[in-house]
Amino acid sequence: MSDHEYTPSSKFGKWFNDRLPLLTLANHLTDYPTPKNLNYWWTFGGILTFCLITQIVTGLVLAMHYIAHADMAFSSVEHIMRDVNYGWLLRYVHANGASMFFLAVYIHIFRSLFYGSYKSPREIIWILGIIIYLLMMAAAFMGYVLPWGQMSFWGATVITNLFSAIPLVGESITTWLWGGYSVDNPTLTRFFTLHYLIPFLILGLVVLHIWALHVPGNNNPVGIDIKKPSKDTVPFHPYIVIKDAFALLMFCIVFALFVFYQPNILGHADNYIEADPLVTPAHIVPEWYLLPFYAILRSVPDKLMGVVAMLSAILILAALPWLDTSKVRSAVFRPLFRQFYWILVADVLILGYVGAMPAEGLYLLIARVATAYYFAHFLIILPVLGWKEKTTPLPLSITEPVLGGSPNLAAARSDEKIEKTIK
Amino acid sequence: MSDQKDEKKTERRDFLFTATAAAGVVGVGAAVWPLVDQMNPDASVKALASTEVDVSSMQPGQSLTVLWRGKPVFIKRRTEDEIKKARTVDINDLKHPEKDEDRAKNPEWLVMLGICTHLGCVPLTDKGDYDGWFCPCHGSHYDTSGRIRKGPAPTNMEIPKYEFVNTNTIKIG
Repeated sequence: MSDHEYTPSSKFGKWFNDRLPLLTLANHLTDYPTPKNLNYWWTFGGILTFCLITQIVTGLVLAMHYIAHADMAFSSVEHIMRDVNYGWLLRYVHANGASMFFLAVYIHIFRSLFYGSYKSPREIIWILGIIIYLLMMAAAFMGYVLPWGQMSFWGATVITNLFSAIPLVGESITTWLWGGYSVDNPTLTRFFTLHYLIPFLILGLVVLHIWALHVPGNNNPVGIDIKKPSKDTVPFHPYIVIKDAFALLMFCIVFALFVFYQPNILGHADNYIEADPLVTPAHIVPEWYLLPFYAILRSVPDKLMGVVAMLSAILILAALPWLDTSKVRSAVFRPLFRQFYWILVADVLILGYVGAMPAEGLYLLIARVATAYYFAHFLIILPVLGWKEKTTPLPLSITEPVLGGSPNLAAARSDEKIEKTIK
Repeated sequence: MSDQKDEKKTERRDFLFTATAAAGVVGVGAAVWPLVDQMNPDASVKALASTEVDVSSMQPGQSLTVLWRGKPVFIKRRTEDEIKKARTVDINDLKHPEKDEDRAKNPEWLVMLGICTHLGCVPLTDKGDYDGWFCPCHGSHYDTSGRIRKGPAPTNMEIPKYEFVNTNTIKIG
C-alpha cells in the first residue's frame, strides 16, 4: 500500500518501533485508505470480528464449568443454566452467538457475491474466507454436540456417518473419528478439544484474511479500482471505525433480542432431552445455518453422491473467481447478473426451507430442482454471462457517482481535461 | 554453475541427501502414528465385545432393542406372515440382493444392527411401505428381513455375529 515512512513522535516510541515495528502497524491500520463510497454492507467484516471474539470469550468461561463426559455433559450444561452466576447469560450468548456469527457471515459472503469482491486481485482473500467458513461450520457442529442432548447425539451420528460413504476406508475412518463403534464418550471428549482449538485457527486465518485485504485494499460498491487515493479514499480511522461501530451497535440490538427474548427459538426442543442411543428423534434437523447444504445432501438418492454434492456445493465457491468470467466486478453495472444473483439468493433460501422439511413428496422435488439450479448458477450461468452480458458503462472514478448524479461520461472526461490543464 | 558440464554422476552427497530424507520420513511417520492411532477404539471399548440377551418372554410379532457396543440391536420374533413376506420376494428386485435364509438362520428370529445404513439413525419398527422398518431421518424403507427396498440407504441392515446359547438366550458378538 501507500506506506509512507512513519516515525513515532516520542523518544521511547521510536526506540521501541526500531526494535519491533508495532507502532508502524498501528499507524498503517488507522491510516489505511478506504474507498469513500463503502456502504453498510461493508461493515460486516468488523461485525464478524466482534462475533469471533464474543464466541472465544464466552466459550472460555463456559469451559470452566462444562464437563466433557457422556454421563455428565448434559447435567453440567443444566448446572451452567441454573447454578453458575450469569451462566444462563453466558450460554445463551454463546449459543445464539453462533447463529449471529453465521447470519453475519452469510451477509458478508452475499455482499462479496453481489459486488464481485472475489474477483482479481482479491482471490486469495476470498479463498481464505471460504476456509474460515468451513472451519466455522466444523466448530459450530462440534459445539452443538457438547450439550449431549438428542439433537447433539443424532446430529453427530448423521454427520460422522457422512465419512462412511467414502469407498473402502469409510468404515475405518468413521470408527477412528468415533473412537468406538458409535458416537460415545471418546467422541465427545475429542469434539470438545477440537471445538476449543478451531476458533484460534480461525483467528489466525482472520489475520491472514485482513492482511490479504490490505494488499489490494477494499473493493467498493462500484467495483472499480481507486484512481486517486487523495480523492477516492478516506482514512480507516475515524471514518470507517465510526461507521463500523454504528453498524455493530445495530447488530447487537438484534443479537440482544434473541438472547433476552427468544433464546431458544433458533434451537430444537429435542436438545433438552438427554442423548439416547436407542431412540432417534422423529425428525433430525441441523441448525438453520446448515440447512441449505443438508437439503442438497438429501436431494441426491445415493449415499456417496449425496455427500459429494454437499461438499461440492461449498467447494465450488472456492473456484468462483475463475467461474465468473466477467471483468466487471459490481452487479450495479451488470443488469442480467443482478437478476440471476437474486434468483440465487431465493434458491438458497428455498434450499434452507426444504432442508428443514421432511425429505419426501413435493419437498424432495423442490430440493432437487433447487440443487440443480444452485450448481447451474455457478457452472453454467456465470461463465456464460461473462461473455454474453452487455454491461452498463462504468463511472470513471469512485468519486464521480458519489459527488454528482449519474455517471456522465462526457462530463467526467471534461473534468479530467480541466484537471490536466490545472496541472 | 551453468557453464559446468551436465554430468549425471551420483555423488556421495546425493546418497546422503536421499538417506537423510528417507530416515526423516520414517522418523516423522513413527512420531505421528501414535498421535493418529490414539483416536481408534481403546482397550476398554474393545473389551465390551459381547452381550447376552434373554428372549424367553418374547411373543411372535414382538421386537426388542438391546444395546451392543453402543449400538442398538433389533431382535424380532417374526410372525408366519412376516416370514412368508420376507421369503417370497424375488431376489432380483432387491437393491442389495440377500436371501432371507442367509439373514435369519432360524426363520422365527431376526437379529440385526438397528442402524440405518444411510447415515446411522435408528429406524422405527413395524413401519414403512414394506411393514418392516422405516428410517425417519431420510426416508429409507426396509422389509421384514431388514433389507433396503426404497430410499437412500445403500445396503441392508447389518447382521451381527450372534448365536443361541440355549433356546432362551442369544449371545451377540
